[in-house]
Amino acid sequence: MKRREFLQTTAAATAGTALLAGVPIGAYGYSPQLAALTNATTQSDKVLVIIQLQGGNDGLNMIIPLDQYPALMAARANIALPQNQVLPLTTATGIHPAMAALHNLYQNGQVGVVQSVGYPNPNFSHFRATDIWTSGSDSNVTLTTGWAGRYLDGEYPGFPTGFPSAQNPDPLAISIGSVVSNCVQGPSVNMGMAIASTSSFLQLLSGGVDVAPNTPAGHELTFIRQVVSQTQVYTTAIQAAAGRAQTLSPLYPTAGQNSLADQLKIVAQLVAGGLQTRIYVCTLGGFDTHTLQVPTTGSPTTGTHATLLGKIAEAVNAFQDDLRRHAVQDRVVGLTFSEFGRRIKSNSGNGTDHGAAAPLLVFGSKVNPMVHGPNPTLPASAGVNDNVAMQFDFRSVYTSILQDWFQVTPATLTQLFGRSFPYVPVLRPGALLATASKAEVADFTVYPNPAPRDGRATVAYDSAGGHVQVVLLDALGREVRRAVDRELPRGAQQLPLDLSGLAPGAYYCQVREASRTGSRIVVVE
Amino acid sequence: MNRRLFLQRNAAVLNAPAAGAQAVARPAATAAQDPPEKVSRYANKALPTGLSRATSTLAPYTGPWGYKQAAHLLRRSLFGPTRPEILTAAGSNLTAVLNGLLAPPAAPAPPVNVSTTDTSVAIGQTWTTQVFDQNFEGVRRNSLRDWWMGQLLGQGTSLAEKMTLFWHNHFVVELGDINDARMGYEYCRLLRQHALGNVRQLARDVTITPAMLRYLNGNQSTGGAPNENYGRELLELFTVGKGPLIAPGNYTNYTEADVQAAAKVLTGWRDQATVPVGSYFTASRHDGTTKVFSSCFGNARIAPNGASEYLDLVNLIFQQAETARFLVRKLYRWFVYYVIDAQVETDVIQPLATLLIQNNFEVTPVLRALLGSEHFFDVLNMGCLIKSPLDFTVGLCRQMQMVFPTAASSVVAQYGMWNYLNGVVALQQQTLGDPPNVAGWAAYYQTPQYHELWINAVTLPRRNQITDLFIGNGYTRNSVKIVIDPLALTQSLPAATAADCNLLIAEFVQLMVPIDLTANQIAFLKSTLLPGLPDFEWTVEWQQYLAAPTNTAKKAAVTTKLQAMLRALMGLAEYHLS
Repeated sequence: MKRREFLQTTAAATAGTALLAGVPIGAYGYSPQLAALTNATTQSDKVLVIIQLQGGNDGLNMIIPLDQYPALMAARANIALPQNQVLPLTTATGIHPAMAALHNLYQNGQVGVVQSVGYPNPNFSHFRATDIWTSGSDSNVTLTTGWAGRYLDGEYPGFPTGFPSAQNPDPLAISIGSVVSNCVQGPSVNMGMAIASTSSFLQLLSGGVDVAPNTPAGHELTFIRQVVSQTQVYTTAIQAAAGRAQTLSPLYPTAGQNSLADQLKIVAQLVAGGLQTRIYVCTLGGFDTHTLQVPTTGSPTTGTHATLLGKIAEAVNAFQDDLRRHAVQDRVVGLTFSEFGRRIKSNSGNGTDHGAAAPLLVFGSKVNPMVHGPNPTLPASAGVNDNVAMQFDFRSVYTSILQDWFQVTPATLTQLFGRSFPYVPVLRPGALLATASKAEVADFTVYPNPAPRDGRATVAYDSAGGHVQVVLLDALGREVRRAVDRELPRGAQQLPLDLSGLAPGAYYCQVREASRTGSRIVVVE
Repeated sequence: MNRRLFLQRNAAVLNAPAAGAQAVARPAATAAQDPPEKVSRYANKALPTGLSRATSTLAPYTGPWGYKQAAHLLRRSLFGPTRPEILTAAGSNLTAVLNGLLAPPAAPAPPVNVSTTDTSVAIGQTWTTQVFDQNFEGVRRNSLRDWWMGQLLGQGTSLAEKMTLFWHNHFVVELGDINDARMGYEYCRLLRQHALGNVRQLARDVTITPAMLRYLNGNQSTGGAPNENYGRELLELFTVGKGPLIAPGNYTNYTEADVQAAAKVLTGWRDQATVPVGSYFTASRHDGTTKVFSSCFGNARIAPNGASEYLDLVNLIFQQAETARFLVRKLYRWFVYYVIDAQVETDVIQPLATLLIQNNFEVTPVLRALLGSEHFFDVLNMGCLIKSPLDFTVGLCRQMQMVFPTAASSVVAQYGMWNYLNGVVALQQQTLGDPPNVAGWAAYYQTPQYHELWINAVTLPRRNQITDLFIGNGYTRNSVKIVIDPLALTQSLPAATAADCNLLIAEFVQLMVPIDLTANQIAFLKSTLLPGLPDFEWTVEWQQYLAAPTNTAKKAAVTTKLQAMLRALMGLAEYHLS
């Protein structure tokens, strides 16, 4: 099934390109049919939802290394979960019991986990770390634009002049809340708009809809606010989209109890209502848990951090349910991020201090439902300065999603981020729509094929040089083996592929370079 | 110059933009039958019922004196008071602050040449005493306008600039019309000279200033063919004002016959374009008859009096009680609020008019009484003015203490930046030196909206664009950049305030908006400074910056957050209030 989908997409892209050769894609108005036909960079009905967990999420208390419990208990006995309470995702990795709903989504193939995401030379300042994550810069580089803003700026040159237009009637990006996200900060203007609800836009400039005082000043204030709302050019489009779709899922909590759920409810309504906006940013604050992230008495499965994780799970679960009921679930993927994780060792106040790398969640029907990468390695006796080491650069996640979801070419990705980053298959191979547009790895063979069970195969191909990943995926697209994940010199390669422990069946062996990729079916007998 | 066309066109544009061209051709007489104006539901001839109104009087204000009161007084008296200016005033007392505001400052040095186009004088030298040259007129006019902007930016704690602009809006001249920047400068000099002086003397002098003789055709008015333009505006707009039409040609306070009589009085004057510019009287061009006025003026007669006859006319007009009331109402709308109800008319306008007459038309006693009154400091009169484009833009630069190039470094760069600001203000629909017509900016006379006219779907985004620009990348010209430095501003606060996010936000809020924000709005501002974080993290980040002020990353970390907070604050509807 997945392979068929993959092939069909590839064929459609090829046919579409031929059909529309020489005609600027931008000359066509948006239509889902055209988007499906062409997969053109400038035509996409895909939606990315970014959830910013503000304050620095304690990753070790969200995705738990079950294989290192002694070290975990040694480092944070006062806050660690009882091992038997952790819900297993794999034999080695579990998830906080407050996220039971996400555990369930994982088992249903709608959640993926990327382990130990960060960047070299981590910064422990909230402000600076947030700027790094939202700009996509190196630790020692200051960028004033957001990574998604640069992407949108390239997609929609000239914004905001000439927008909205017949081709692009809707906001390019929307932050749910009163503050526009730095993720979508473009070179000259922010590419996004902030909305706090679909019915009132006064928050845009007033920061609230509190009633103006009953005074002459209040009278003039009301007048200005009136002009403000008239000035917002996207008001009508948003209200129309919201008017076309009802909230269908009964799983959302009562409004006001879970701000992330409230925000995602708006996103689902706007996506289902046909708004063409590609990027939504939601936020959930309160992760700066220096003290009392678990209570001093009672179970460590409760408390501040558990409540926050529970809100994420509840909100994402309702959101996915809502999208499914609207039959738009295949158009939406989401990811969470936080400016940093927290220290391995807890402090004496039942809290944790600013740390480094942390796991990141991806969700949606098109995500690769697996745990990417091994657990972080915890020291047997962690000191106060020990941190989770980075395993995946956060920009690998960004670029992989941009590439697979929005079909951004490797050359453009290099331009947006200053250089290329290793690919992470956070989306299912079936969703890897851009694979077709990527150069194929030539003369790439796996032998013997079929290969003997518990045996070993060899991957032979000509490397272009640079960071290379060779992975084996099962039929569901789950990564079952990672043979290579490192820099390789240019030239012919003979790489061993260990097949031990794999059940008989068909697998995909993928070679991923910055600008080329290749896939071969490998059958284990 | 037929200013009627201007007035009609202006009104038509305001009410129905598409009908502008037709309105020009429409005779003035039909204006009375025009359909009711179509206006916003927030427009008002009177305030909506149920709205709290100030009932306080002109009694001297004796209530508390602190930051709030000082800020209110300075917001209305200056273009965007700075925090140090407010603190200084708050640390003093009302009487002393008013004394300072009302003391006329020394006259500024004249504008200088900053263009290689004008070869009459070197860069940095004044062109105001040179001969006229049409080739230089454009750059000289820019120089004058930019110099004026410089005066606004560089104002001290003085009412002089706000009052100079008031008189410009009152005794209007359009620099673009008179086509001699030297005369324009002389007009500006005259306004400044009398800004805090005697309005009757100003009315006398402005009547024969060369710019006005050109602007309202006094220079073409002869005994054989009197031009009524200036005579009409002198009565209708500059002094006694037009009352209700109570009989054909009778506007209560004057009649059409009075306009004709005044025009005859004013014949014979011409502008002089030599060096220095001036005006002169030619007896042979003057109407030598005795001018007879209507019962509005007690049937007064002005006997032939040659070059001094215009003084007799101005004196006659200022003997009318309505003249003082008309002027005082305009001052009230400039400094307090545009709605004048019966109570304000009785308790504020009339007493001020009496004061003006008693003080022989010196304006400072009137300003002192108004700006020192219970009525002025009534909380209901705080924050209810909508900033004019000049208030908004100059106030932005001043309050944020943006650093401009100095004459010592480069007079070209200095004037260049002032020129840029003039362009910004013009985009917001206010051009220094060129009000839209002889009635001044509509925001000060056009019922029912008055200063609400400054804000619309075009001008509001332009205001936001300029605040976004200055809080962001800034503007660069001649290799010099003007930009808001939020770090410098924050570091100028007491250390304990800068390090506490709540105190920090409160400090900027009380500086930049004139009414209290709600708890939700404060929380919104905090969410821009500290997204999703506990308060103490600001302290941590700020101290980290202070500990390593040259560390680019730490500096950028706090800078971007301060920028975000200030951008949000300047995006509030409240920020447009004064």
